[in-house]
Amino acid sequence: MNAMPSTDTPTTEPILKMTGISKTFPGVKALSDVALELRPGHVTALIGENGAGKSTLVKILTGIYQPDGGSIAIDGKEVALPTAEAAQELGITAIHQETVLFDELTVAENIYLGHQPRNRYGLIDWAAMHARAAAILHGIDAPISTRTRLKDLSIAQRHLVAIARALSIDARIVIMDEPTAALSYKEVEELFGIIDRLKKAGKAILFISHKFEEVWQICEYFAVFRDGRQVGAGRLDEVSHNDLVKLMVGRDVTQAFPKLPAEIGDVVLKVDGYCHPTEFDQVSLELRRGEILGLYGLVGAGRSEFCQALFGVTHPSAGTVTLSGKSIAVRSPSDAIDAGIVYVPEERGRHGAITAMSIVSNISLPSLKVTSRRNFLRMAEEFELAREYAERLDLRAASLSQPVGTLSGGNQQKVVIGKWLATLPKVIILDEPTKGIDIGSKAAVHAFMSQLAVEGLAVIMVSSEIPEILGMSDRVIVMREGRMAGVFEREGLTPEALVRAATGNKEAAA
Amino acid sequence: MTIVRSLLARREALLVLACLLLLAAITARFPAFSTPKNLAGVFNDTSILIMMALGQSAVILTKSIDLSVAANVALTGMTVAMLNHLVPGLPVFVLILVAIGMGMLLGAINGFLVWWLDIPAIVVTLGTMTIFRGLAFVESGGAWVNAHEMSPAFLELPRTLILGLPVLSWTGLLAIVLATLLFTRTGLGRAFYATGGNAVAAVYAGIDIGKTRFLAFVLSGTVAGLCGYLWVSRYAVAYVDVASGFELDTIAACVIGGVSTIGGVGTVGGVVLGALFLGIIKNALPVIGISPFWQMAISGAIIITAVVINARGERVKGRVILRRKELPL
Repeated sequence: MNAMPSTDTPTTEPILKMTGISKTFPGVKALSDVALELRPGHVTALIGENGAGKSTLVKILTGIYQPDGGSIAIDGKEVALPTAEAAQELGITAIHQETVLFDELTVAENIYLGHQPRNRYGLIDWAAMHARAAAILHGIDAPISTRTRLKDLSIAQRHLVAIARALSIDARIVIMDEPTAALSYKEVEELFGIIDRLKKAGKAILFISHKFEEVWQICEYFAVFRDGRQVGAGRLDEVSHNDLVKLMVGRDVTQAFPKLPAEIGDVVLKVDGYCHPTEFDQVSLELRRGEILGLYGLVGAGRSEFCQALFGVTHPSAGTVTLSGKSIAVRSPSDAIDAGIVYVPEERGRHGAITAMSIVSNISLPSLKVTSRRNFLRMAEEFELAREYAERLDLRAASLSQPVGTLSGGNQQKVVIGKWLATLPKVIILDEPTKGIDIGSKAAVHAFMSQLAVEGLAVIMVSSEIPEILGMSDRVIVMREGRMAGVFEREGLTPEALVRAATGNKEAAA
Repeated sequence: MTIVRSLLARREALLVLACLLLLAAITARFPAFSTPKNLAGVFNDTSILIMMALGQSAVILTKSIDLSVAANVALTGMTVAMLNHLVPGLPVFVLILVAIGMGMLLGAINGFLVWWLDIPAIVVTLGTMTIFRGLAFVESGGAWVNAHEMSPAFLELPRTLILGLPVLSWTGLLAIVLATLLFTRTGLGRAFYATGGNAVAAVYAGIDIGKTRFLAFVLSGTVAGLCGYLWVSRYAVAYVDVASGFELDTIAACVIGGVSTIGGVGTVGGVVLGALFLGIIKNALPVIGISPFWQMAISGAIIITAVVINARGERVKGRVILRRKELPL
């Protein structure tokens, strides 16, 4: 695992040096006295929990925010980054979590948007633009036509375009903000190949990720942020995995997966031969009370699509669903909720809460049939329901009438989960329940999931993270290309077996 | 101080204040404007706008828009006026039922196109707006139906006084009460907010967003149909260009009243006050002797001001700077 810093010489001077950077927002001290160094030809990992100040630092570095104090030096010369353009001109570029590109524009236009090559009349030189874009794409081994519209590309290909865009402005400092969040196993490998090439080309890379395996795989240096301060930095080969976790959360995380032993009861949900015209084929499963069933696979294996069909968002072409021994037909989410199946979607921020609505209205929304009488809503009942689940989930809010949009991210998540628990489901489907959240919050989600199982709920957990699958599941179903590629019991399950089943590669190992 | 500030933060309070300031300014020069009798007249005059703005707000809440409401008024108004002229013996309540039923049908056509064919509402209603007005021309041949061609009962109903207030005003008040109940006390009302607030989250919560939008259009069309009769009867004339451009007034009332143009935010109180604010201006400017052209410019300036205030209100809501900004759906 510990990659040897290949081309490292201890004398490499940092290309970028930030010292004493502070930034305060009304009521929040986002960064205080932070330092960061980036070296050419090396990858520096920026690690920290959500809200540790990583994004603020990135925004300062890309000229979007202005620091209250401190200095930024490039090549030993102090610089100012008053605007995004200024940062670009100094060779700083960022590839974001959700890369901001334009669906309706071609690949070449996306790469050169804002700095299109001009001909002598000041008009866009299309030939030069396509030629240069093609050269850059060729340089990173991306076989994409420059005339393709972005909307026709896969997520991984879009990342390649984003990287090409970064290269097109002749960047020397490349910031990658969770670039692997939306990528599959294979695509991550490809991305790492590109990072290697960027390294060889002498770029200084800042790599932000929640995934420690990745950090160890491609980074040489690290910086850990906690609560807006830099709490540690140095060479990765001088620290252990545990050291980093300790720095990051400021305490020892003894057990990452607090799975409690739950009593496994009768079969609650039985799915038989579930098929979809395009997304999945012949999926069958049995789920018992108190059981956590892991659903593993690469991105695009059809796991979410299967769960959405189970929840009535899309419609299967064949197959039956039996809930508590009764055959049910789920034609819409409303049917599923009535039957006792709920689905907590992957992008809880975007798909979960209605931010303009109050906490009460959000929590009661799927339960309105229960809280209303003769089609008239009863506010008192709704408040009672919301109060109960706010208490159970330890929701921090000034008032239950305040809009969900005014809550912090963590509390918004609690509202989303509370709204589903309030429907008193028998089966809860959690799609990537900890994606993109920090280690501290992850442990809380896992503890909560475990508690639900103990209370007799049947849980289906879709996850792409092997440690999570291994740590939380009683049983694991692996899907590949829309089909079931294996069913595994918790005992004796290895990461290699999961990856083999998911990739279909007999020799593959983690 | 904080109480004052939190009160000012509410759109309704701000609008009440704006209306009062407006009235005070007008009264300073024309004391007669603020007599109870005249104010009741202003309300009566604004009743149709209030009703249609409420229907429009249901549509806007679901993140759609209904540009066809004024054309709906023209078509239903023309239809009942011609029916009244051709069959004078037909009781007025039958004509009202015809207006309501026809408006409902026209709204259902909009809703159906938006729901089943998944065409953006602005495109659908831009099309039906032209079609409805075209049909009004086709059925009338471009001719007017004048007061003397309408039956006395047809003309008198909106003017009939009950407890000192005309029926038209009572209809407006009833619409406010019903809309309040619908928006705040029924599952459908909640579905309007949820659909516009976050369509995907609404689907996951078991709401049929297509059906919700459909019903919002049906509601808006139904109200427009009823107002078709009220309009023609009140102004005692029906012609193809009746209520021309009025759809923009209904949208303006919503925007001034704090209804978010991207859906999910708005209150009945805000919409009513937004409509009244426009109503006061429309009634006061001629009194002060300002030309109709200035009136249009002033209305426009007020709409832009309201949008700026709306946008700032939304910005304050997103004060948690460290959270990633979500893309609007």
